[in-house]
Amino acid sequence: MKTKIEAKNIDVFYGDFQALRNINMQFEENAVTALIGPSGCGKSTYLRLFNRMNDYIDSFNMNGEIVIDGKNIYEKNVLVDELRKGIGMVFQKPNPFPKSIFENVSYGLKIQGIKDKDFLNRRVRKALEQSALWDEVKNDLDKSALALSGGQQQRLCIARTLAVEPKILLMDEPTSALDPIATAKVEELIHQLKEKYTIIIVTHNMQQASRISDFTAFFYMGDLIEYDKTDTIFTKPKNERTQNYITGRFG
Amino acid sequence: MTQEKFIEFILKLSAIVTILTTIGILYVLLSESISFFKEVSIIEFLTNKEWTPLFVKKNFGILPLVTGTLLTTFIAVSVALPVGITIAIYLSEYANKKFKKITKPLLEILAAVPTVVYGFFALAVVTPFLQSFIPNLSGFNSLSAGIVMGIMIIPYVSSLSEDALSAVPKSLRNASYGMGATRLQTSFRVMVPAASSGIIVSVILAFSRAIGETMIVAIAAGQQPRLTVDPTVPISTITAYIVQVAKGDVPHNSLEYKTIFAAGISLFILTFLLNNISFYIRKKFREQYD
Amino acid sequence: MTNSTKNRIKDRIFNFIGIFATLIGIIILGFFIGSILYDGLTRIDWDFLNSLPSRKAEKAGILTAWSGSLWIVIFTFLVVVPLGIAAGIYLEEYGDKSKLSSLLEVNISNLAGVPSVIYGLLGLEIFVRLMNLGSSILAGSFTLALLVLPIIIVATREALKAVPPSIRAASYGLGATKWQTVWYQILPAAGGGILTGVILAISRAVGETAPLIVIGALAYVPFTPSSPMDEFTVLPIQIFNWISRPQHEFTINAAAAIIILLIITFIMNGIAVYFRNKWQKKINW
Repeated sequence: MKTKIEAKNIDVFYGDFQALRNINMQFEENAVTALIGPSGCGKSTYLRLFNRMNDYIDSFNMNGEIVIDGKNIYEKNVLVDELRKGIGMVFQKPNPFPKSIFENVSYGLKIQGIKDKDFLNRRVRKALEQSALWDEVKNDLDKSALALSGGQQQRLCIARTLAVEPKILLMDEPTSALDPIATAKVEELIHQLKEKYTIIIVTHNMQQASRISDFTAFFYMGDLIEYDKTDTIFTKPKNERTQNYITGRFG
Repeated sequence: MTQEKFIEFILKLSAIVTILTTIGILYVLLSESISFFKEVSIIEFLTNKEWTPLFVKKNFGILPLVTGTLLTTFIAVSVALPVGITIAIYLSEYANKKFKKITKPLLEILAAVPTVVYGFFALAVVTPFLQSFIPNLSGFNSLSAGIVMGIMIIPYVSSLSEDALSAVPKSLRNASYGMGATRLQTSFRVMVPAASSGIIVSVILAFSRAIGETMIVAIAAGQQPRLTVDPTVPISTITAYIVQVAKGDVPHNSLEYKTIFAAGISLFILTFLLNNISFYIRKKFREQYD
Repeated sequence: MTNSTKNRIKDRIFNFIGIFATLIGIIILGFFIGSILYDGLTRIDWDFLNSLPSRKAEKAGILTAWSGSLWIVIFTFLVVVPLGIAAGIYLEEYGDKSKLSSLLEVNISNLAGVPSVIYGLLGLEIFVRLMNLGSSILAGSFTLALLVLPIIIVATREALKAVPPSIRAASYGLGATKWQTVWYQILPAAGGGILTGVILAISRAVGETAPLIVIGALAYVPFTPSSPMDEFTVLPIQIFNWISRPQHEFTINAAAAIIILLIITFIMNGIAVYFRNKWQKKINW
């Protein structure tokens, strides 16, 4: 196992409010790490640090380093758009652009200036195959993405991030807006994707964390309480608060 | 009748005043123009290329006034559209809160300055300034009037377009940033297309506002009806003509008097159509995000 | 240069274009105002404010103009404020989903888009001739009242909408009638928003020229009005009149009068913005 991402001494503030306190963590390559904890514990803020999506929030402020492949991504000379091209993000609610399926999946490539039709076709197909959507939409690539069901839309959004072949996937409660069947499909997909990608997923769903992740980190009120192999967290947690949370006694 | 019912009745009556206003406008415009069209054929009104009701040799072709109106309007919109939409994108996608907080009330001032003041600017400042580049620019012209009118309607375009952009779900913007798009790419490839109907509404309303604008053209464009698209020569517009006649001593019930209602109804129809097209688009657009 | 570099540069450039676009209109207006101040500031003195109009530019003043504007504003206010607020309350609190309500709604949107000069034609036929008011202050005020009515109705509705339903529920829960709820709870809570709308509407009325010219307001009135049935002129018409004269001295008069008009407009808009900000802060319930 190899460390892909490392968080060092992370503090995050929104104005006067401290959202995260002194977080230190290492993420394994080609593994799924789940971030769990009650609402407002800072886990989504934390996830958004890895592709610098908090940058546009006016009151946002942070200390510490996020090191990816040996490089601190918060150094001054880092190009944020370049960084994000290597890190895919999937959001809580499916958020396809109000455009065709093809245009959605090819968006990331087009903004990189790629115009070669054949290349785009191949990549779009590959991404849709990876996200297990190809068979359902291969005849409707020109149709609006908004016509798809919620579960299909979310897999489309995953395909959209896969098309640019990132190394890391960040998922912010990707199944919270989906029904159980669509959720199962997305979970299955995450399971397959981890062979190629380093995946960090925020989830409210304990069963989901135990089903799909290799490592689990429990956050509470801006602190990292416990971080270990998923098996260990769910069978013999060291901290009482973790125990209480995963057994549903609070949160 | 109980007190509650009586109060509701009074309130309802107040609301109905707005309907009476519309009925009044329609009645006034229709009755006077019907009596106008008894004396002047509607064919002549729509096809004659000259408008000289105040001359000895009278012509009643509305075309010169319509082209004058459209000419100033197009100049105004071609100033306000690029500037207004750029402002909307900048304020919604780039600017920080502080910049927004300071500039938005300042932009509103542009629309709050009385139009007679803008007319003075067009005549006394902009025309002499432009004459130093365009030597054959007449002292009265549609170019200055149009440009100044364009500055005035910038906030109409920018604030409505900004509203449209901010109505686009945040998640789309995040999706685009998450893929490594720059703010510019996100703006033009995702946000503007998603807000397009709202932006179109803002442009149509800007057109409508410019068509109905009166004092700037009455002061700076020359009050000379002329069938032309040359922005450097004096022209007149529908609105400027109405003011010109009303200012003079035209006897009631004369044909000249009726011409302002015939001009008025043309203006009313133009703006009514534009406004309702924009309402229709806006209604469809609302449903899209509900 | 890679595509990404190009895109980053374009992004940077647009950042500057955006700032430029936002400021250009304001800067041009600032420049205009500067040139007006240069032309007209020295012309303003006590005599200018207190003299009747004159055919000699250096003797002419704006006494009749500003007193006419004042009369017009007072009567417009008296007519439109109760009318507009009442109509707004009806639409927001009483209007159901009936045909009348949707008709009223479409109608008000349309009225807001009717050019001001058309209101002048309405006033000319209905108030000046049919009601036989002549080109009087009353006729002018009625005309402007109808013109700015949609502004007040829309502002009233927005302000009422912003009052949280919990206040209504609380009042009804205590057994208050609909009107008691509106009068004692909702209107006070919406006051700031309504006030903002009223100020903006009145500011608009002060600057209006075209409809008053159309109803026959005179450019030359050698006396100050003493009753609502008197003929009148207003500041914008006085300015329009002076602009139309070829002599340079009158241009200076126009510039001086514009300074007065702009001061009034800016003060009113400033107050409106102030109230809006204050009110918006307050309603973060």
